[in-house]
Amino acid sequence: MHELGLMNQLLTEAEARATGPLAVLHIRLGRLSGVVPEAFQFAFEALAPGTRAAGARLALEEAPIRMHCRHCNMDYEANLAAYACPRCQAADGDLVGGREVELTRLEVFENV
Amino acid sequence: MCESCGCHQPAQPHEHPHTHAHGGEEAPYSALALNQRYADENRGYFRAKGWRVLNLLSSPGSGKTALLERTLRELSGGAAIVGDLATENDADRLKKSGAPAIQLLTGSACHLDAHMVAHALEKLPAEGIRYLFIENVGNLVCPAAFDLGEGKRVVLLSVTEGEDKPLKYPVAFVDADIVLVTKVDLADAVGFDREAALPAIRQAAPRAEIIELSSRTGDGFQHWLDWLATL
Repeated sequence: MHELGLMNQLLTEAEARATGPLAVLHIRLGRLSGVVPEAFQFAFEALAPGTRAAGARLALEEAPIRMHCRHCNMDYEANLAAYACPRCQAADGDLVGGREVELTRLEVFENV
Repeated sequence: MCESCGCHQPAQPHEHPHTHAHGGEEAPYSALALNQRYADENRGYFRAKGWRVLNLLSSPGSGKTALLERTLRELSGGAAIVGDLATENDADRLKKSGAPAIQLLTGSACHLDAHMVAHALEKLPAEGIRYLFIENVGNLVCPAAFDLGEGKRVVLLSVTEGEDKPLKYPVAFVDADIVLVTKVDLADAVGFDREAALPAIRQAAPRAEIIELSSRTGDGFQHWLDWLATL
């Protein structure tokens, strides 16, 4: 349900960065972001008209869950609800990545 | 030529607009950056004040307000900020404990954000607070994404909900510091399967302590108060 607010933030930033009409917005969504891709797409279609992103496409990329083990210092990727350290099996890793909702790159139409 | 990035596209008319990558040199922009800024400010404020701040997440009806009613009665120095889409009912309930309680109305928003909390802080008394409980909007998805500046994240699961709920809503549980299994006085009546629920919580909330309690009867409640005393 919070997809609309998050998309609004990204669109505002994309408009500020864009040098022309936007073709593609590359966005990274962490697996623990709570963002539903379909709802995010819907929010985009609702908000884009009248902006430089009108008619643009979303390219969504999934970002993995990244953990850090405080016992053996291992950095590792985890799956949903399977967070144990693969090296020492400690269960209490710290979440260091996986909540991203990030605009990573823009593609802009150039009419030369 | 693409003027803005200095690339060497030929300066001839194109039959079709082509796309050209921009922003490759720029840092990714997080949709949560603004919230994070407010959350960091809140955290600094809480630290300066010496407040222990807890963000309470759960489904609607898991017993957040009942938990706080009893907590604020039994604990001195407590205060609450409570988020709902509409009505001041929860703040009115909590004020009966004598503790300060601020209602945040989110309208249609499904979560509290750090900016809303910052404004609520202006309405709290400057002195006499040791614990600030922020009761989030009942929702196990959206509130999880928004850092409010809290020191501890508390997630509630009532025995009337499914035992596998932590696995269905991993986003809320993953960085819980404590999970409270609430309404344990109803466990038998609803056939709560404790042997299924506890492993599911441990799996979804690997760092969390687990306390089972009833805000109505007080069963297990002292464990929660003892945990608060360690903060």
